[in-house]
Amino acid sequence: MKKQLALVIDLDVCVGCHACVTSCKEWNDQGAAGPLTDQRPYGKDPTGTFFNRVQTFEVGKYPQTQTVHFPKSCLHCEEPPCVPVCPTGASYKRKDDGIVLVDYDKCIGCGYCAWACPYGARELDESQKVMKKCTLCVDRIYDEKLPERDRKPACVLACPTNARLFGDIYDPTSEAAVAIKERGGYELMPEWQTRPAQKYLPRK
Amino acid sequence: MRPAWSIIVFTTLAGAGQGLFLALFAADLAGRAARHFLFIGSALAALLCLAGLASSFFHLGRPSRSWRSAAMWRTSWLSREVIVLPAFIAVVGTYSAAQLFSLHDWARALGWAAVLLCVALFVCTAMIYACLKFLQEWHSPLTFINFFALGCASGATAAAALAAELQPALLPACTALALALGLIGFLLRAGTFVRNARLHPKSTTQSAIGAHNPRVRQISQGQMGGSYNTREFFHGRSAATVSAVRVAFLVLGFPLPAVLLYAGQPAIAFVVQYAGLLAERWLFFADARHPQNLYYQAVA
Repeated sequence: MKKQLALVIDLDVCVGCHACVTSCKEWNDQGAAGPLTDQRPYGKDPTGTFFNRVQTFEVGKYPQTQTVHFPKSCLHCEEPPCVPVCPTGASYKRKDDGIVLVDYDKCIGCGYCAWACPYGARELDESQKVMKKCTLCVDRIYDEKLPERDRKPACVLACPTNARLFGDIYDPTSEAAVAIKERGGYELMPEWQTRPAQKYLPRK
Repeated sequence: MRPAWSIIVFTTLAGAGQGLFLALFAADLAGRAARHFLFIGSALAALLCLAGLASSFFHLGRPSRSWRSAAMWRTSWLSREVIVLPAFIAVVGTYSAAQLFSLHDWARALGWAAVLLCVALFVCTAMIYACLKFLQEWHSPLTFINFFALGCASGATAAAALAAELQPALLPACTALALALGLIGFLLRAGTFVRNARLHPKSTTQSAIGAHNPRVRQISQGQMGGSYNTREFFHGRSAATVSAVRVAFLVLGFPLPAVLLYAGQPAIAFVVQYAGLLAERWLFFADARHPQNLYYQAVA
C-alpha cells in the first residue's frame, strides 16, 4: 500500500502564535536540513530562510469578520510541479512516503522549482545558494533513538492548540485521514491540479 | 516576477545569434552569399550564443555544479536547453569552419543540422516559461512565437549590419528581411501585451486560502523584513516605470530601427533594436503575475 505523509492544518484552532515557525526554524537550522540561514538578523532589514510561516487574513466585512491565522509550508503535492522542472534531479518526491525533498548537494540554485510552485513554498537560502523547503522533519520522524511520541515534525510537537495533525493520508485510520474525511479537509488552489497532500480544515 | 538580468541578456543575445545564423543560412541556400560573409557571420552567431551562455551562469547560485543540469532532460525543458545550446554553438562553429575551408557539402549538412538545433533551442527556451501553467502570461504558444520572431528579427538586423561591412550587394535583401521580420515580431509582441492585459487570474485570494467569502484581506504575511518570496516574485517597480519600459520597447523595438535600416545604418539599428529587446524581455518577466504573490499582499 502506498504511503503519503502530510500535515493537516486545523484553521479552526490555530491562534497564530508562531510556535510552529520558531520550532521549525530551531530544528531545521541544524541537523540534516541545516543551516537555515538569516541575513542581518540584528540589522535594519533582517531577512532569512524559513520552511514555515504563519500568515493572517481577515475574512468578511466588518463587523462580521473572522481573523484567520494561516500556517503555510510545502504542501508535498501528489503532482508536484516543482519536481519535473528541476534540471539536476535535486528536487524529488520520495516514492516510499511521498515527501518532496531537495538534495542540497545537487542543487545548482537556479530557482526554477520555486517559479514552478504556485504556493511560494520554496525559498532560496541566500548564504548557501541552494533551494530550501519543508522536509516534514524527515530526519526526526524515522529516528528510532527518539521516543515514539516525538517522531513527528517539530511544528506538530510545538503547536499548543493541536492545530497541526500529521500522518499518512492514505491510511484511513490515521488521525490526519480521519480529520480530512470528517471535517471536510480541502486543498489550496485546486485549480492547478497539483493535488496537495497537505489539507486545511475549514472554520466551523 | 522579478526580471533576472542574466536571463534577459542570455535570451536576447542567444536569440540574436540564432536569428543571425538562420538569416545567413538562408542567404547560403539562395546561393548569393560570399564565403567570407558566411564564415565571419556564423562565427559571430556562435559567439553571440556563447556570450549568452556565459550570462546564463550568473543566474545560478552554484555555477560550479552546472554540469549536473543536463541530467533531467526527460522531464525538464531547462535541462534540454542546457544540452541543445552548446550543441547549437558547436555545430554553428563547425559550419563556420567548413565555410572557411570551402567544404561546401559539409557546410550544407552542418547548416541543416544547425537549423534543426536552432529551432529546438527556441522551443526549449520558450517552453521553460510556457510550461508553467499557472503563470498565465507565459503559458501560451505566443511565448515561443515571440521568442522565435524577435530572435529572427534581431538576427536579420545583425545580418544587414554584417552585409554592409562584408558584402554590400546583399544589403538591400538583408534590410528588406530585417524590416519584414522586425514588423512581424513587433506586431506579435504588441498583441501579446494586449492579451496579457486582458487575462483573468485563475487563482484568487479565496482559492489561495480556501475561503468562500468574497471579502478576504491579508493582515500579515508572517514576517516584517521580506523573504525570497517577496524578492523573487515582485518586480518592485512603479506602474510608471513599467509603462516607460513598455514605451521604450514600442519605440526601440521596431519603429526607430526601421528608420535606421531605411537610412542605411544597420549597425546602429541592431544596437537600438537590441536595447528595445532588453526592454521587451524585462517586461516579459515584469508582466508575469505569479499566484504565490497572493500570499504576500500585506506585510503587517
